Amino acid sequence: MTEVAVVGFAQSPIERRGDGTTSGVEMLVPIFHQVLAATGLAKQDIGFWCSGSSDYLAGRAFSFVQAVDAIGAFPPIAESHVEMDGAWALYEAWVKILTGEADIALAYGFGKSSAGELRRVLALQLDPYLLAPLWPDSVSIAALQARLGIEAGLWTEKDMAQVAVRSRAAALSNPQAQLYADVRADDLLDEPYLADPLRAHDCAPIGDGAAVVIMASAERANELCERPAWITGFEHRIDSAQLGARDLTTAPSAAGAGRAAGAGRVDVAELHAPFTHQEILLRGALGLGDDVRVNPSGGVLAGNPMFAAGLARIGLAAREISTGRAGRALGHATSGPALQQNLVCVMEARS
Amino acid sequence: MEIGFDYTRSLGPTLSQFMTALAGRRILGSRGADGRVHAPPFEYDPVTFAPPAELVEVGPQGTVTTWSWAGTPLDGQPLARPFAWALIRLDGADTAMLHAVDAGSPAAMRTGMRVRPRWADSPAGHIRDITCFEPCTAPAPGREQAPRQEPVAMMTTPVRLRYEHTASPGETAYLHGLAAGRLLGQRCPACGKVYVPSRGVCPTDGVATAEQVELPGTGIVTTFCVVNVPFRGQRVTPPYVAAAVLLDGADIPFQHLVLGCDPGEVRMGMRVKAVWKPREQWGTTAENIECFQPTGEPDATYESYAHHL
Repeated sequence: MTEVAVVGFAQSPIERRGDGTTSGVEMLVPIFHQVLAATGLAKQDIGFWCSGSSDYLAGRAFSFVQAVDAIGAFPPIAESHVEMDGAWALYEAWVKILTGEADIALAYGFGKSSAGELRRVLALQLDPYLLAPLWPDSVSIAALQARLGIEAGLWTEKDMAQVAVRSRAAALSNPQAQLYADVRADDLLDEPYLADPLRAHDCAPIGDGAAVVIMASAERANELCERPAWITGFEHRIDSAQLGARDLTTAPSAAGAGRAAGAGRVDVAELHAPFTHQEILLRGALGLGDDVRVNPSGGVLAGNPMFAAGLARIGLAAREISTGRAGRALGHATSGPALQQNLVCVMEARS
Repeated sequence: MEIGFDYTRSLGPTLSQFMTALAGRRILGSRGADGRVHAPPFEYDPVTFAPPAELVEVGPQGTVTTWSWAGTPLDGQPLARPFAWALIRLDGADTAMLHAVDAGSPAAMRTGMRVRPRWADSPAGHIRDITCFEPCTAPAPGREQAPRQEPVAMMTTPVRLRYEHTASPGETAYLHGLAAGRLLGQRCPACGKVYVPSRGVCPTDGVATAEQVELPGTGIVTTFCVVNVPFRGQRVTPPYVAAAVLLDGADIPFQHLVLGCDPGEVRMGMRVKAVWKPREQWGTTAENIECFQPTGEPDATYESYAHHL
């Protein structure tokens, strides 16, 4: 079976309210051009395209079809879509290369969260019989998880604030970040609760954005990229849809995906943790030691474009390898309430 | 813009029993192969994947295992005043259910507190037959008679979402043009095709369109249908013609009405012109054009628009 490497990545700036449409076209065109130029590829070289986005977020039907305008799909292309974060589109594209149906594949994700009410839109991803009819919002559900960990002694509100401090400080050097600042944990803890025990700094900001990743087979990767990020493990798992049937202080699906993908022994990890306590939880579930650099980009607490943020974690982790800053890197994506579903992609450099 | 839909779902054997019991003010759970009781019930055992052998009554009182405070309730949530979300382990159950607790203030909430359901006045066999939970320290309600209930097989959940759509720069120019009685499109810098209204990007080449092009109010019908079916909100009495109109100089048609002649006379290649409403009725909308009408000029040849269908 062929091996596959990430050879290109681009991400749009994350904005609180972009001026484009919910089709994502305006965000996608510049980053498609950027990633194709960087790899020296033309659109005809891409054997398979796969996108991740949501009609509920876009507020219109078949929004991913409108997004295809950004590609310029003539002559006709091979294309697919997942109603999930682009990280899962990347997984489908990876399988496409492994099966020999494509040499080069491109995955993209986009979301204009600012068009609707994100906290309510996300209620519709819940069990439609027992949970969604109550409209529990994403922040309130994460707050239930945060309190369980606090009361179990797994983390404190101060630990959580320190995650936000590190995120915003790291994001100072990330030109695409939405939130970046030099702040102190004590100042953050003086702020009122947004959803007790969560404060605003514990929650990823709402933002619009898009991301794109190109992968290639072993035969093509080295010609497209000086230092490809070779994928050594790519796994995803899911936990129960019933919040009350899960132990929310851990994420068996993250731990399982991490074990299967070989999450140990990485130099750096980009974790998709939309809430501060979830970064602490994921570090533990993935077995990341104190020597692992976590979220050098600032993570999604510095900008969380829905349906693109998970894919961007993998792209950013691959960039750590392509720039020579890391030998082994991990990209993680999550979906669903309170870290219900988790995906782990482990990549390494080769001489 | 508000989008709404009433989702109507069949319940299946397990949830049908659960919802029927709720309508009778009882709460059921399912016992798993490992002996643990799940409430709400699972439909398939998480260990053996078998349907539950039996449903058992749990609660109605329970214990809060975690909670968060909703200081500003959102549309559709169980209570309009500040409340707590909580996971509640009902007496006799090993798992917890999510619901609201009407506690008044966060100071009244704590993990481990005892709560009981507050039932809706008119049960429907729906999770919202439980209005919310309330602390057991609140004055006890009067003895509530459980209403008789037929088996519940379906549930309906209304969903309403609001969106604010943004017009792209190209669409903005098009809409402002309409408000000034002009038809504006954009040309692709790669292939030269003209799109009206602008799509922002050429769907053939994937490059942004920027050059503005003004088009006349004349064109041809490339294809059309005769609408015979009445529907809610219809503004023209059937039968009438909805057509794809290719403006002179444009490369893709856009949809509009063709009126002013018998629907039977409309044909592919027919020359038409825009009929604008009185200027004082104009806004930033394609409705400024009342309709297109035949000009009486000779039809365009099929070859002249074959690539624009």
